Amino acid sequence: MTAVSDPSQLSDLVAEATDTRVNLDFESEGMTLNMGPQHPATHGTLRIVAKLDGEQVISAEPICGYMHRGYEKIVEVRSYPQINALINRIDWLGSFANEVPFILAAEKLMGVEAPPRAQWIRTILFEMSRVANISLFLGDFGLQLGGMTAGFYAFRDREHVLNMIESATGGRFHPNFDRIGGLKDDLPKGWIADSHVAMDKLLAFCDEMEDLLVGNEIFQSRTRGIGVIPADIALNYGLSGANLRASGVDWDLRRDGCPPGLVYDQADWKVWTHPDGDCFARTWVRLQETREAAKIVKQLLDTIPAGPVMAKVPRIIKVPEGEAYVATENPLGEMGYYIVSKGELVPFRVKIRSASFNNISIVPWVARGAYVPDLISILGSLYFILGDIDR
Amino acid sequence: MRTWPSAGRVNPLSSTDTTDAAAEAESGAVVETDAAREAVLAELIERLGDAVLGSHIRPGDDLWVRIDRTAWREAAEAVKAMGFTFFDYVSAIDWLPSPFGRDMDAQEDLVVSGAEPKEPAPIVQGYAGGDTRFQVIAHVYSIATATGIHLKADVPDDDLSLPTWSGVFAGANWHERETREMFGITFDGHPNLINMYLPTDFQGFPLRKDFPLLARRVRPWPGIVDVEPMPGAADSEEGDAE
Repeated sequence: MTAVSDPSQLSDLVAEATDTRVNLDFESEGMTLNMGPQHPATHGTLRIVAKLDGEQVISAEPICGYMHRGYEKIVEVRSYPQINALINRIDWLGSFANEVPFILAAEKLMGVEAPPRAQWIRTILFEMSRVANISLFLGDFGLQLGGMTAGFYAFRDREHVLNMIESATGGRFHPNFDRIGGLKDDLPKGWIADSHVAMDKLLAFCDEMEDLLVGNEIFQSRTRGIGVIPADIALNYGLSGANLRASGVDWDLRRDGCPPGLVYDQADWKVWTHPDGDCFARTWVRLQETREAAKIVKQLLDTIPAGPVMAKVPRIIKVPEGEAYVATENPLGEMGYYIVSKGELVPFRVKIRSASFNNISIVPWVARGAYVPDLISILGSLYFILGDIDR
Repeated sequence: MRTWPSAGRVNPLSSTDTTDAAAEAESGAVVETDAAREAVLAELIERLGDAVLGSHIRPGDDLWVRIDRTAWREAAEAVKAMGFTFFDYVSAIDWLPSPFGRDMDAQEDLVVSGAEPKEPAPIVQGYAGGDTRFQVIAHVYSIATATGIHLKADVPDDDLSLPTWSGVFAGANWHERETREMFGITFDGHPNLINMYLPTDFQGFPLRKDFPLLARRVRPWPGIVDVEPMPGAADSEEGDAE
């Protein structure tokens, strides 16, 4: 199949799409299984059309678009501060992390740099988003594989982080706290001490998860050797984040391509990789990352410099003409914004490079030959958020 | 603009393959040249010859190269052979200035206030130049040197097509589907160029500039009634109110 300019081809495609709407379609050579759009393993509304031969998957094609909100179009008629509120909703589990690359790209075009205190607090909140995001992954992945307990523990302990984010920013899920040139506000009184306590609780949660879930024999047999992605294939598809590091590629934008405005060089931390590239490796890398993130937060909390949290920026933000791409290591992987500005109140074009879009595009490759229950392990361990795919 | 002590600082945890430009930035001097990116550009010109139509380097930061569209696939193979193995994204830019006047005003507001729609501005392409309304843009990384290249290609209006990258970078498959759907640029040789987001029978290409954002065309902008007076314009606003 090539372009769909040909009307006959188009009608074929329509017919095919109509066919797959039937849940079970028995064919002589196999069966088509429709997973989703509502399935616990899809983190939103993703549909997988899998062609099966017995228990084995011949091909699996993800169908997205159930949550397409057209951000790339709508940001062309919104001013930069307004966009900041919108893009919170891309990856809704780590919202603050969505704001940062966009703000950094705008700052780069404007030549503004946030004061040191703002950079510190930004990095702390960024890592807190990562802890909130990935701690839910750990529980949710257990839930998908049949371990209900892990899910409840994750929801319980994630609340400690969300409480800290809420008390600093006012927003539990959508902080909208980052500003071009700094932050909306300074930290509230007592926040630093409370955050230390919260991070200690999360570190204990990680230990608990390691005993309860990652060390569990059933969990290991469901994930070890399942959905193996070699390093070169991962790079080819543009996998990023823990999915890439679980394939043995030592690449982390926090260390290797950290844009100015985040202070990861001020903390002592490690980038974890795993050589296996299977579902277990992806989970394990994420577990270690949660610990590292908590450690980064604890170190930075002790070294926050004094000073203002906002640089001098014009009251009405006009970004000078130019193009800039800034990407950061978000909880789900590399997230970047390519901003084209014509010097107006609104950007001319914004390309949102979200991690999950690339991460999930590998599903047709990795699911081929897998068994149906393993499809759940693969989807769960690739860890996508639908808002991050469809944008 | 104040420059803070942290400006241009290099992360000490970086891999040993930091570029010369990064080392220069550490000394605090203004970086004027970027030897590493110029070397990348020179190698790309050597591999592709005349197909490199234009380039732009922001020292210590980024590199843009404009490629002739007939050599688009060769460009992918060249950058991959040069070690740029991490595929980032493919997308497109429509350089046509929006024909709907000032973007922040809904058409309804223009009618109410009686303002004339602005004259359409001429098409001005960004970095590395360009001749056409549509440009395809792609980004690839080199993991070893921690540098990226932005590749651009002109796509003429009368033949909106480009060779596909999906044979070189498998991840380009979905990105090209999205670009086809949003801009109407087809990719020759693509295995499965069907819609990702929109219904199969959707008419039009939403991210083109001449595709109206209907919500903004038919509904007054709610913020316009309670907007704060702009600095400088405050006096005239108050005068009107009285």
